[in-house]
Amino acid sequence: MSGETRDGRIVIVGASLAGLRAAETLREEGFEGELTLVGDEAHPPYDRPPLSKQVLLGRAGAGQCGLPARRELNATWKLGVAATGLDPLGKNVLLADGEHLPFDRLLIATGTRARPWPNPQEGALEGVFTVRTSDDSARLAAALDAGPRRVLVIGAGFTGSEVASACRERGLEVTVAERGRAPLIGALGGTVGDWATKLQRAHGVDLRCGVTVTALKGTDGRLTGAELSDGSRIEADVAVVCLGAVRNTEWLADSGLAAGPRGVACDAGCRVFTMYGIVTDDVFVAGDVARFPHPLFEYQLIALEHWGNAVAQAEVAAHNMISPGPRRRPHLAVPTFWSSQFGLNIKSVGVPTFSDQVVLAQGTPGDRRLVAVYGYRGRITAAVTVNRAKWLEHYQRLIESAAPFPPGPGAADHLADSEPVPSDVPDPRVLTHGPTVALTGHLPDRRLTLIRPAG
Amino acid sequence: MSSETLFRRITDYAHRADPYPLYAELREHGVARQEDGKYLVGTYNEITALLHDPRISSDVRNRTEPDPDLQPVEGLPPAFIGRDDPEHDRLRRLAMRPFGPPHSPGRIDTLLDDIARIAGQLADGLRDKERIDLVEDFAFPLPVTVICDLLGVPAEDIPQVHTWADTVVSGLDFAPGEDPGPRRRAAHEARMAMGLYLGGLAEKRRGRPTDDMLSALANDEGPDGRLTQEELMVTAVLLLIAGHETTVNLITNGMLTLLRNPEALERLRKEPELMPRAVEELLRYEPPVQFLPQRTPLADVEVGGVTIPKGVPLVLVLASGNRDPLRFADPDRFDPARRDNVHFGFGSGVHSCFGAPLARLETQIALTTLINCLDGPRLLEDPPVYRNSPVLRGPRHLPIGQTGR
Repeated sequence: MSGETRDGRIVIVGASLAGLRAAETLREEGFEGELTLVGDEAHPPYDRPPLSKQVLLGRAGAGQCGLPARRELNATWKLGVAATGLDPLGKNVLLADGEHLPFDRLLIATGTRARPWPNPQEGALEGVFTVRTSDDSARLAAALDAGPRRVLVIGAGFTGSEVASACRERGLEVTVAERGRAPLIGALGGTVGDWATKLQRAHGVDLRCGVTVTALKGTDGRLTGAELSDGSRIEADVAVVCLGAVRNTEWLADSGLAAGPRGVACDAGCRVFTMYGIVTDDVFVAGDVARFPHPLFEYQLIALEHWGNAVAQAEVAAHNMISPGPRRRPHLAVPTFWSSQFGLNIKSVGVPTFSDQVVLAQGTPGDRRLVAVYGYRGRITAAVTVNRAKWLEHYQRLIESAAPFPPGPGAADHLADSEPVPSDVPDPRVLTHGPTVALTGHLPDRRLTLIRPAG
Repeated sequence: MSSETLFRRITDYAHRADPYPLYAELREHGVARQEDGKYLVGTYNEITALLHDPRISSDVRNRTEPDPDLQPVEGLPPAFIGRDDPEHDRLRRLAMRPFGPPHSPGRIDTLLDDIARIAGQLADGLRDKERIDLVEDFAFPLPVTVICDLLGVPAEDIPQVHTWADTVVSGLDFAPGEDPGPRRRAAHEARMAMGLYLGGLAEKRRGRPTDDMLSALANDEGPDGRLTQEELMVTAVLLLIAGHETTVNLITNGMLTLLRNPEALERLRKEPELMPRAVEELLRYEPPVQFLPQRTPLADVEVGGVTIPKGVPLVLVLASGNRDPLRFADPDRFDPARRDNVHFGFGSGVHSCFGAPLARLETQIALTTLINCLDGPRLLEDPPVYRNSPVLRGPRHLPIGQTGR
């Protein structure tokens, strides 16, 4: 490594998983300069997945989810201070306390926050919660401890479904209101969503699909219930708003960078684009807030709110921040995520929404274990396992090598009569004659893109 | 020599002390078809692909031609190691419930003090000895005491259990030229006797649980129900044997490797925090399970440019994949600080080693204890005399001398 890249000042804005892992990687790979981490929360970095699972079940306290420090960082921490602006020419980050923080290279890792209830007065009622931060989760866990008569979960994505699962496990009555026709439909499509519908109902969830919550009602500042678009009314003393995430990019509004509601756009090496689509070389991005091109998904800019992506992208970004051009690596990790709900472990590899068909490749629907494989235009693009996570690596290989869909027969637990059906997700935007793309190599420095022209 | 004879040469006892040149030859040939129709695979990426491929069966009943060496015991179903999903998954899940997270997260942790105490007692017995047999005096009694304790086998029955286990394991041996009939029959009888014994222990604890795995297997009920008495018998036999032989070899191979690499030994003495990584390197460098002999493709499977036909015997040579230079830099060097060490020491995929967390802990404690208690240890025989098995490969005895004694 040249001295030029090893020294200087690096500022990381965002002190959660991506920020921490980037900082560790910088030191691991020999960065000896000044390192500063800025975080708007007062807590040191912590792990978020347990906040909607073990913490709500009372198995772990919200304060016990700190991320382990894997090495000495020798960094300056500015916690409890939000970044409010960026001066790319003067190379300063502006902080809420008025400080100007100079940098030579910057990593943006500000992540997302919970989308709040659209009506602020209703959202401020006592008993209305979101789940994103450690403090959120601690408050919700305390409210569940108090034994509410009914919990209303608004939105049946992964977070909403996990909250509903925790409530049922605690023996609480729970109503889930979902605008789509099934839970998890946004991430996994309607076919797998129908399976999730049965799962939730079998566990005693009062699941209402195809409806929206039109108003939250309260008396004396306390939530009493909600009105639904179908005219019905739910009595509930706790409501959990699970309407997805908002990307934390407002502080970059005047920075001239390609930052907006969909995230901060970057190249495959995590370098941020300006609003004119020109790549910078001193501003990098990683984690939930990043939008990056992925060759397996036709170079569409994708943004992933996944733990594994935050780690992998942070490592690539950090490596590239202190490496000369030819030694830089692309971020080509195949997306993965997991969820645990209703006693099941659900894991995914690839992008299930990037599909037109889905097939049950292993297991049976009634069983507590199955593998669903997604395809798009005849190649495998994703797989979802239920209690069968150990098979994912096989399907990841098939995704990486653009293997034909549906996968061939032969699995010991493959049902002979299993046929592909529509995956029932919105058609991904596509090129008319797209090339077939595969990833090569198994080590980070050997991962390259191989393009085979369409025949 | 022809690549068609590789399996014969690998299993030949003459190569037991150092099979690694043969593995290098295997990697040169990629996927190697043998004279008897077996297919051998010894390269890292191809082994990974096959270990994760749902079309590769672990149930030898899927062989087109039955293999007399790998017949299940009559009257008993195969254990989960020799079955495929969904039955494999159900049985393994039931066996895992009392062993690890999420249902028994503390099981291994609570053994830590016991393992350290047993290792310390065994080490005390070595202090004044001029000549130690590491296998008999340490590497064998430690894991056997631990696994019996974990399962709930009373201490006074351990010698009997050991005799059975030895007979079962010798039934797995490949000994070309010899009539395997009597050995195999003896192994079957020992397996049955052990199953009845362990089943009987579990039966006594039904409704009267003590704090051990047999009690939990007999009493606990989860979403997958409970093991039948027959399933419980074969599962308990599997756990006992697997927790027996492999860890003995891992500890013995570990000490052998450290004594052959004095600079590594010295480094671990000075930096004990390196031990977890050194054990991972050991699992790569001298894995206790050298190859998996009982896989079978359920369809024609293409790997490394070769189509392996449905129903043929497929042998995955894990120890060879662990030395693949395309995956590991300088693979024949033992580097206790090696990073990015995703080895096949515990296999990979759905059948990856059930007891890995226990084996890791035992070996870390065992080697740390030995390094601290032995006084100027040196090998008295190198190479030592090996056990017969080319699969569960390890020294039968490992004589070690101490300076000044």
